[in-house]
Amino acid sequence: MSNERNIPTEDPLVIAGRAFGSRLITGTGKFSSGPVLAKALEASGTELVTVALRRVDLDAPEGEDILDHLDRDRYLLMPNTSGAMDADEAVRLARLARTAGLVDTDGRCWIKLEVTPEPRYLLPDPIETLKGAEVLVREGFVVLPYIPADPILAKHLEEAGCATVMPLGSWIGSNRGLQTRDGVQAIVAMTTVPVVVDAGIGAPSHAAEAMEMGCDAVLVNTAIATARDPVEIAHAFRLAVEAGRRSHQAGLPTAGDPSASSPLTGFLTDDAD
Amino acid sequence: MTLTDAELLQLQSKAERQRITTYEPEFALDVPMLDELVRWSEKAATNDDVARALVRDARDLRDVAALLAPAALSRLESIARDSHDLTVQRFGKTMHLFAPLYLSNECVSECTYCGFQVWNRDIVRRTLSPAEVGAETRFLRHLGFRHALLVAGEHPKHVSAPYIADCIRAAADEVPNVSIEVQAWDTDTYRSFVEAGCDGVVIYQETYDARVYPEFHLKGNKRFGDWRLGAPERGARAGMRRLGIGTLLGLNPSWRWEVLALAAHANFLQRHFWRSDLTVALPRLEPAAGFDQPPSVLSEPEFTLATCALRLALPDVGIVLSTRERSDLRDGLARLGVTHMSAGSRTEPGGYSEPGGAQEQFRVADERSPADVTGMLSAAGYDPVWKDSSPVFRRSGDERL
Repeated sequence: MSNERNIPTEDPLVIAGRAFGSRLITGTGKFSSGPVLAKALEASGTELVTVALRRVDLDAPEGEDILDHLDRDRYLLMPNTSGAMDADEAVRLARLARTAGLVDTDGRCWIKLEVTPEPRYLLPDPIETLKGAEVLVREGFVVLPYIPADPILAKHLEEAGCATVMPLGSWIGSNRGLQTRDGVQAIVAMTTVPVVVDAGIGAPSHAAEAMEMGCDAVLVNTAIATARDPVEIAHAFRLAVEAGRRSHQAGLPTAGDPSASSPLTGFLTDDAD
Repeated sequence: MTLTDAELLQLQSKAERQRITTYEPEFALDVPMLDELVRWSEKAATNDDVARALVRDARDLRDVAALLAPAALSRLESIARDSHDLTVQRFGKTMHLFAPLYLSNECVSECTYCGFQVWNRDIVRRTLSPAEVGAETRFLRHLGFRHALLVAGEHPKHVSAPYIADCIRAAADEVPNVSIEVQAWDTDTYRSFVEAGCDGVVIYQETYDARVYPEFHLKGNKRFGDWRLGAPERGARAGMRRLGIGTLLGLNPSWRWEVLALAAHANFLQRHFWRSDLTVALPRLEPAAGFDQPPSVLSEPEFTLATCALRLALPDVGIVLSTRERSDLRDGLARLGVTHMSAGSRTEPGGYSEPGGAQEQFRVADERSPADVTGMLSAAGYDPVWKDSSPVFRRSGDERL
């Protein structure tokens, strides 16, 4: 069964009670122009798109703000709090997003919570992220926090009421892939909310790897925005995420030594003739 | 014993003076090591050293010295390619745009290369009122800018700390991102600027070489190079989110020495003031009113090499390029590592709403309008970023986007 965009509908991604046909979440930064961004999003098949509030300019002339290039009937916009250095700044940005009307059809504001106190690697601050998440959940936001690949932190955030956890594969914009594989694997094993690998995914093969491991979705920005052909690579990511998900559902064979097709100890149970 | 007000003021001013003249910044340059690296870079570094520096993941100062070597010039194209790739990966195909806004050209300093210096009696001096600063910022906002860099000379009366704070407030009412490029201040004063809505301090050391610095800085607090060198540290401690450092190429005969010192300073600030976003700049000396053409200490290929070497050494740091450089060079460098550009700049107070009313600080080489520069960027496949901040990040707690 497929819908008109050829995405399997029998296996939707469900976050906070809302179903998405695509398991690829995309960012909107670093693109060379608004029209390129719009085409890449279309090719990716994404339905959930994050946008940096600090880049949103409600004063900008028509056509010059990033929101002008995003079809809000097609994509659910999830404002992010990038630039926030502590919980307080993130919470205030989130409240602004809600005031500015960046909400879903049920009036809920989805927030990608990013608290990154250092500008070099943009690593998430676990303590401030948890503090911010607690406040935002209490205020009714749908909260998707960007976190280090720390399973205990993930559990705390889940218990705080976050809609997902979003561990980093490696640091933002690095294209290094799943350097935190073991941590992400433990998070997949331990949490009950969807696990989205955010940051570090540099190639469709990385995205497929995350999905094969059992992650529920991936978020990709830099790898699409900075590719030679962002539209074509967005399509490749779409296929890789679908392939990875299907592989996971199919049950990957375990890697290891080749095993003989006939058991070597069969003689112990064979009926003696 | 009771002191009269005048005596108290005199004592305070003496203590202030002592603090400035004897100040020791946390950052200290290893001068013998830099001298040795420059000697090696200029005389001994080989093609192999350049190749090794290019393949390293994390580059140290020796790698920077190799990338600045004469031998590196013959590999400029491949160095430029690596610099381009790294910049696109880290920053995307984007360019941050900002505009300098001159508050005042009054100055008590004597910096021999600057048009605003105290002995320059032939120029029209002007200091904008905070209301005029608001009007200038509004003008910039209509041009598209959301980041104003407030610039001023050093003058205890005309450009006092409360005056600067008032100007910051006036500009911050108009745009979400206000930074300053003014004289060096102490931590408490920087804190008052942060509270007024300033989020960045830009202060260029002019020359990092303390053997060269006194030749060019003859009068005013700017004479005390260590006080100036410590300004970014004090700004960071006061809560400035963005720090801009740089060196004015053309003062020190050895431009390699300056670029290496700048890289060392950037490394230090990133490690010690890890919350602050850092930009670096390599302005080249331009002719100012009443002065001859300065000696050109580095060619355009060398300038390009220096820009790329900084990118390769400091992958996460913004690189700023001003309108001092001619348009063709700016267009080329926009693709090779530069991430922040001014456009349509006026370097005289009031220059946006009333051009030509006062003396400019230096001659602008790229006179294109902001619209022309963004047109060039779009044609090159780059998205201009006008806004990259929110008043929410201010201590004053603005509740606006």
